[in-house]
Amino acid sequence: MDTPRATAPLNPRKKGFLPRLLEQWPLQVIALAGAAWLILFSYVPLPGIYIAFSDYKVTNGVFAGAFVGLKHFSEFLTDKNLPNVLINTLAISGLNLSIGFVVPIIFALLLNELKNLRYKRVVQTISYLPHFLSWVVLGGFLISWTSEYGLINQILFQLKLIKTPTYLLSDENSFWAVALISQLWKETGWNAILFIAAIAGVNPELYESATLDGANRFQKARYITLPGILPTIAILFILQSAYILSSNFDQIYVLRNTLNANRSTVLDIYTYRIGIQLGRFSYSTAVGLTKSVVSLILLLITNKVSEHATGSTFLR
Amino acid sequence: MTVMRKKRFRLTGETPFDFLNAFFMLLLMLLILYPLWYVLIISFNEGRDAARGGIYFWPRMFSTANYLAVFKNGKILQGFFISGSRALIGTFCAVSFTGLVGYALGHEHLMGRRFYMALGIVTMFFSGGLIPYYMLIRNLGLRNNFLVYIIPAMFNFYNMLIMMTFFRSLPKEMSESAQIDGAGYVGIFFRIVLPLSMPIIATMALFNGVYHWNDYFVAVLYIDSEKLLPIQTILFKIVAESSAANMLTKINMPDVVAQRQITSESVKMATMVITTAPIVVVYPFLQKYFVKGIMIGSIKG
Repeated sequence: MDTPRATAPLNPRKKGFLPRLLEQWPLQVIALAGAAWLILFSYVPLPGIYIAFSDYKVTNGVFAGAFVGLKHFSEFLTDKNLPNVLINTLAISGLNLSIGFVVPIIFALLLNELKNLRYKRVVQTISYLPHFLSWVVLGGFLISWTSEYGLINQILFQLKLIKTPTYLLSDENSFWAVALISQLWKETGWNAILFIAAIAGVNPELYESATLDGANRFQKARYITLPGILPTIAILFILQSAYILSSNFDQIYVLRNTLNANRSTVLDIYTYRIGIQLGRFSYSTAVGLTKSVVSLILLLITNKVSEHATGSTFLR
Repeated sequence: MTVMRKKRFRLTGETPFDFLNAFFMLLLMLLILYPLWYVLIISFNEGRDAARGGIYFWPRMFSTANYLAVFKNGKILQGFFISGSRALIGTFCAVSFTGLVGYALGHEHLMGRRFYMALGIVTMFFSGGLIPYYMLIRNLGLRNNFLVYIIPAMFNFYNMLIMMTFFRSLPKEMSESAQIDGAGYVGIFFRIVLPLSMPIIATMALFNGVYHWNDYFVAVLYIDSEKLLPIQTILFKIVAESSAANMLTKINMPDVVAQRQITSESVKMATMVITTAPIVVVYPFLQKYFVKGIMIGSIKG
């Protein structure tokens, strides 16, 4: 039993090219299949960016359109819709990055203070629940809840807070609030997971010595827990701020309608509408490309900031 | 010890803060659960009666008619069938393919490993954008094809990194002793690595399953044929219609439009309840896994 059978060693560094290849051929087959998928779905579309610099027509090929240089880009920068679209994008992202970012941290801190472990677990499980609803379903619920005879209007009316019921999603001025609140309702529990994990990772000895020094719970939360999870907070905030030009497409797409379009048309929606729905493929690709470039620059900047602030980066 | 136990099972601690905090969390749970409960009771109430409003805690005229209407609707049933097949096949393909690639790339001595990794990392920052991708899907013949749900979602570089990290954290001794016993790479994967990797497999299965079950947009872009529409896309169209109808009632359109919309409201709710139920039933059981999976992802990302 003990006689080792003749097999290839797991780490055959000293062999020649061909024997090594023969030894690891199952791994190579899998890795090549992965590479083939990547090339097909991520690299083959790349040259298609050319249509952003040409006048592409659906009837002709991708490279048949006449080269027009930066025509579509300058058209985009002077687009009269651009200021409004940018304001909507930055406002909704900004709300998510401020209030939408702080609320999960507060939730995680409060959850950490719950004494009863079973109760804590129940609260946490229920807090994840809305994350698993699709935006289509939640959008459907929201349209129903915010409609004239829906839940919210009924409750507000019963409490005599409003005189006449209104359909909230038809009022462009309440769109940002609806977007923020629905995002908070859906994702607060889910986004708190990382903070809860970070709180669990804080050294318990720190709390013990603070107790000996006579610190109360608020002081412990303020001077131990919060500094303990600060690296997590910093990394997540920096990473998220790089995506300030991106929006939650599904959410906005489901909640938008012609009456609130003025406040709900964000960059991603605008790109999609002029591209797919209005058929201006070249223009839409130019807008998408501009956004990607700006996002990439933001990512590189925020990565540098993160390196200075916390000593850790997310790009290797 | 007994003192400890007593303390653990008390709902609140001694201070007013503990009481307030526990109470606040109770309100938070209500804020999450009540709107969903409201949808549930509306879906179990007779449609016209529900439209009169005033139902808050319990169905006024209990009825399963809305659910029967859903199950009699061939289009919706077909949607559930497409969504179910897509979730099962799509999740299986994505987890096994992404996982296998993660296993292969996890070997330090894999020839060309740096090339494979670089190939993937580049894709995290550059993409051709929607229109060129759309043309690729069309040229591959994936438009109006069930496979458009499966193949483009089969691999995800970020998920591959997470799975690779997990595989590499497993003790090497077991793989090595299996190799001495004559097992090849494939044998080691199925006999040693896979049984030890259930936490990450469960996490990835949940994430992929939720994506496939909840996605509506792939079909909006690439599917025209009604027979291939998943339930979420069918719902999306119903929701868009009812949103439009809501606006029509606002600008005082004839009552006929409103009436038709209102009676279908309860059926819509019933469809949404059925759509959401499978995930809501499954996720609590996978909770400990996905919390772990998210943490692995955050370390890598």
